[in-house]
Amino acid sequence: MFKLLKRLSRKDVGLIIISFIFIIFQVWVDLKLPDYMSEITVLIQTEGSAMSDILLQGGYMLLCALGSLVSSIIVGFFASFIAANFSRNIRKNIFQKVESFSMNEIKKFSTSSLITRTTNDVTQVEMFIAMGMQLIMRAPIMAVWAVSKILNKSFEWSLLTAGCVAILLFTIIVLMLIVLPRFEKVQKLIDNINGVTRENLTGIRVIRAFNAEDYQEKRFEEVNTNLTKMQLFNQRCFAILNPIMNMVMNGLTLGIYFIGSYLINAAGMLDKLTLFGNMVVFTSYGMQVIMSFLMLAMIFMIIPRVQVSAKRINAVLDEELTIADGNFDDKTSLRGTVEFRNVSFKYPDADEYLLHNISFKAEEGETVAFIGSTGSGKSTLINLIPRFYDVTEGEILVDGVNVKDYKLEYLHNKIGYVPQKAVMFTGTVNSNVSYGDNGRAKATSQKIKEAIKVAQGTEFVEKMSKQYDSHIARGGTNISGGQKQRLSIARAIARDPEIYIFDDSFSALDYKTDSILRKELKKYTRSATNMIVAQRIGTIMNADKIIVLDKGKCVGIGTHKELLKKCKIYKEIALSQLSKEELENA
Amino acid sequence: MPRPMRRLPEKSKDFKGSIKRLFNSLNKWRYLLVFALCLAMISAILALIAPNRLSDLTDTITDGLKPNVSSEKIQMIMEDEDIPLEDKMKAGEILSSIDENTSQEEILEKIDSLPKSIYDEIKPAIDMNKVKSISLLLLSFYLISALFSYIQSYSMSTISNHFAKRLRSNISNKINKLPLKYFDTNETGDVLSRVTNDVDTIAMNMNNSLATLVTAITLFVGSIIMMFYTNWIMAITAILSSIIGFGLMGLILSKSQKYFIQRQKELGSLNGYIEEIYSGHNVVKVYNGDKEALKDFDELNDKLYVCNRKSQFLSGLMQPIMMFVGNFGYVAVCVVGALLTMNNIINFGVIVAFMIYVRMFTNPLSQIAQAMTSLQSTAAASERVFEFLDEKEMPEQKNISKHLDKSKVKGEITFQNVKFGYDEDKTIIQDFSARAKPGQKIAIVGPTGAGKTTMVNLLMKFYDINSGDIVIDGISTRDLTRENVHSLFVMVLQDTWLFEGTVRDNIKFNKEDVSDEQIWEILKVVGVDHFVKTLPNGLDTILKDDESISAGQKQLLTIARGMIADAPFLILDEATSNVDTRTEELVQKAMDKLTEGRTSFIIAHRLSTIKNADLILVMKDGNIIEQGNHKKLIEKNGFYAELYNSQFQN
Repeated sequence: MFKLLKRLSRKDVGLIIISFIFIIFQVWVDLKLPDYMSEITVLIQTEGSAMSDILLQGGYMLLCALGSLVSSIIVGFFASFIAANFSRNIRKNIFQKVESFSMNEIKKFSTSSLITRTTNDVTQVEMFIAMGMQLIMRAPIMAVWAVSKILNKSFEWSLLTAGCVAILLFTIIVLMLIVLPRFEKVQKLIDNINGVTRENLTGIRVIRAFNAEDYQEKRFEEVNTNLTKMQLFNQRCFAILNPIMNMVMNGLTLGIYFIGSYLINAAGMLDKLTLFGNMVVFTSYGMQVIMSFLMLAMIFMIIPRVQVSAKRINAVLDEELTIADGNFDDKTSLRGTVEFRNVSFKYPDADEYLLHNISFKAEEGETVAFIGSTGSGKSTLINLIPRFYDVTEGEILVDGVNVKDYKLEYLHNKIGYVPQKAVMFTGTVNSNVSYGDNGRAKATSQKIKEAIKVAQGTEFVEKMSKQYDSHIARGGTNISGGQKQRLSIARAIARDPEIYIFDDSFSALDYKTDSILRKELKKYTRSATNMIVAQRIGTIMNADKIIVLDKGKCVGIGTHKELLKKCKIYKEIALSQLSKEELENA
Repeated sequence: MPRPMRRLPEKSKDFKGSIKRLFNSLNKWRYLLVFALCLAMISAILALIAPNRLSDLTDTITDGLKPNVSSEKIQMIMEDEDIPLEDKMKAGEILSSIDENTSQEEILEKIDSLPKSIYDEIKPAIDMNKVKSISLLLLSFYLISALFSYIQSYSMSTISNHFAKRLRSNISNKINKLPLKYFDTNETGDVLSRVTNDVDTIAMNMNNSLATLVTAITLFVGSIIMMFYTNWIMAITAILSSIIGFGLMGLILSKSQKYFIQRQKELGSLNGYIEEIYSGHNVVKVYNGDKEALKDFDELNDKLYVCNRKSQFLSGLMQPIMMFVGNFGYVAVCVVGALLTMNNIINFGVIVAFMIYVRMFTNPLSQIAQAMTSLQSTAAASERVFEFLDEKEMPEQKNISKHLDKSKVKGEITFQNVKFGYDEDKTIIQDFSARAKPGQKIAIVGPTGAGKTTMVNLLMKFYDINSGDIVIDGISTRDLTRENVHSLFVMVLQDTWLFEGTVRDNIKFNKEDVSDEQIWEILKVVGVDHFVKTLPNGLDTILKDDESISAGQKQLLTIARGMIADAPFLILDEATSNVDTRTEELVQKAMDKLTEGRTSFIIAHRLSTIKNADLILVMKDGNIIEQGNHKKLIEKNGFYAELYNSQFQN
């Protein structure tokens, strides 16, 4: 937490110090207030007091209340400013940091966790600062000050107050010890309810087909009962807190009066009135003491949670980047070549290599395809080119220059990458296709139209209500998977790259669209180099080079015909998809 | 407990109606509910009476503050024979030194210095017996009030949790009664949030707000009554001074609400943006979109910052203002009280009582406001729950007399002029007729999105056809119950559905009396026995929704489940996505086994299946546009031929 707070700016720290002063002032007036009340009490009890004196003391009291109000407004203003500003900056820092991450770091944290770290965790810290700044600074000052005020008044009363605080804290601690671990379980049980319901919904066809409604009903009833039982227990435990708190607070006032009556009875005439005044004031001091201890207890309950959030945020901000930017941004003599030299790869913290000693070269205008079963490493291999990961051994050259030497931005300008799962951004068809920056001017609408045409998207785009300006919803949920994939391909085309990377980008398309698209693409980008990962033999049959991968090793390089003859694994894959005669006819 | 971030109250469409219905559905617990609310009221009333007793206590104490120096008393002392003359002399000396110029303090000092025998007589004494009895009474008030409020909370949590449980069960039950159409047109997340979030909101608010509302209203009304009962001038002072504060608060509240709504909105859009950019990280990176992203992010971030600051500030004002209102009332009560005391209209105890009444009067108002907003969101949540529970269910299956026993079915199925559309007025299958003889294989082909699942929906009677008939072994499926039709089919779909449970439970599913031997036998046939043996706990391994088992293995397990169920007809989706070559071989073999001896409808992806099929149904845009076997369809040179050839063109 402290580490995170170091990121507060000088101005913020200044404001915090000012707030601190105001808080001290506020505590002072808050505690001063009962003093005036005591004066009034004494005045009332003393015969012959002037009304003007009472009004004067009342005025002071009101002044205290007003002072307290004003200073807490000022503190609140600063606190909201600091908290909102701090959260804005932290959020930006995290966002920027994540932007600079390679896939390595993304994988390490997982996307969903990064999202919660940027949003929920920051909000947690923000709320803590906004609310906490007042509470955390106030509660200890208040507690100490209020205690010191009562200590010299009466030993008996102080003892009683201490007893009340002890009872309350004891109750809270016991409750927390019993209930807190169960709260986590409740979360799990809610997840279970969600899980079974989700299963019921996603498997609704299967469940009905098997007439298994009752079976699922029973499973639901079980988790439902478990949740209900746990909730009941927790709430019944918690129900104790309120009555006890009320009783202790009321009891404190009663106790003070009860003890007070004995004390007054025993005192001399001169002390009686003072004691009486003190007694009335003590009830409100005692309440202040209890309140401030309750606040302290609350802070101790909140801190661990915020601590967790702060740690999670720090983990992101402190993460060391595994991929360093290079500085090469000159013109290269070659164009569109990719060469792998003895490349091996494993994830930094893994033992096993995913790729072993891969070497090949793609010349300008060639199509190189990669095929192999799941887990053979074909996607990993292709992801090394834009440096999502760095090679463990060996080197990769693009246009004759090691990819590690390039300025990343410059390297990426050469590449048109289409991922396995199409990514759509909220916006329009246009903004999605012209996405990004390739070091040149943004794609013109003419260019966008062309790219969509090549990607076989013209028909569906022109059917949309606003055509190229049609809205694309978050995550592209308003268009189908195949349509998303076509726009994603168009995006790469609009970029005019030297090298295309298709990471299994065609499987969402039907065979027919797939084949037409590739034909058109070849025509449109005659000089570009294509790197294609595919599952379907049909997609890659006509590639210049097919590289067959098996468990991270290259087990064959060649054309379709050559591989059918000499590569057993390729043949196996081919036969699992096509019949003998089809293979021969092709 | 620190509550999670407060949710904005949703607006309900029909607040009264929803709340009324909510209470009606609580009928089962009505006695307990009334009991609990009565307890809440009693404990509030006790809390109200208490300050009055406390005021008595204070008065008893103040009564004992003044020395008894009346002339009668002094006369009595002077005549008392037990008091030594010496002391009387001394006392006379001291008392006679008092004149009009002696200050109050000096008088007290002089009294203190009186000889003990006389001091004991005139010194003030508090009526300790009265103090004790009042204290005892108050203590029992507090104890009873605490006990009652605990019993009340206990009962309310019982009611709300059992009610929540029943609502969840009802929703879950309802899922099974709704036509599939509902789920095809509504999102899973929507139903899910009704089961959890909405029910939670209802239960939570019922647990907290209902009793709070009753207590708060009792306290509010009661404190007004008690205040006027005790002293009307003080009452008006307390109420007036609080009202000023509340006016101020209401103003701020209405202002801050706007920012809260805006903040929630901004937070939502920023979260959405972050999610989008993070999950598209690879694309953002390679397309050098990070600068653009940062710019957009900054814009959203700044917007959120402004709302955050304002809403944070305004909501932070509430607490201090509440404090001030309290203090202001306090001062007013003290000053006016002092005035009245000095004119001997009231005793000091009344001021003490009013100090508590002011608090009792101001606190409930904000509680009532809070309870009303949470009732508002309860109404909105229950509206959503009731809306779901009121959805139209599948038609009841009366008048169905016929039954087909799956062990006696031959396996013939005929489509007679079937017409069907998801919407009544939009027919997509126009006049489809076909016949499948026992044991035949029917392949369904077509491009993605051609509506191949429509066939599954019709065969399984998930949807009713508009006109025409589907006949199994000569009996119209209209005359069979849905359950009966379902029992005749083995269905294996592409999206492998497994639930969180053991391998054994997943395979035998709802079929009872399946021995482990039978399961192993089936697993062997499917070719997955070896895999199951390598799992840490064999058949008892719990399948979780993670990637510990591959898609292919999942598919094999669902095939095994289909085989255990065993029925004369088969619906099979051949698609095997994300399956490695070797597992794919296994899956295909298993699928072939599954079709043996069954009349099969196969959503075909393999050419071998298509070519060997007895009948191919070619689908496009939801309709069946061609039918026949491979040879015939190729000769026809229509859509099928085009589809077939395109795969090998390049």
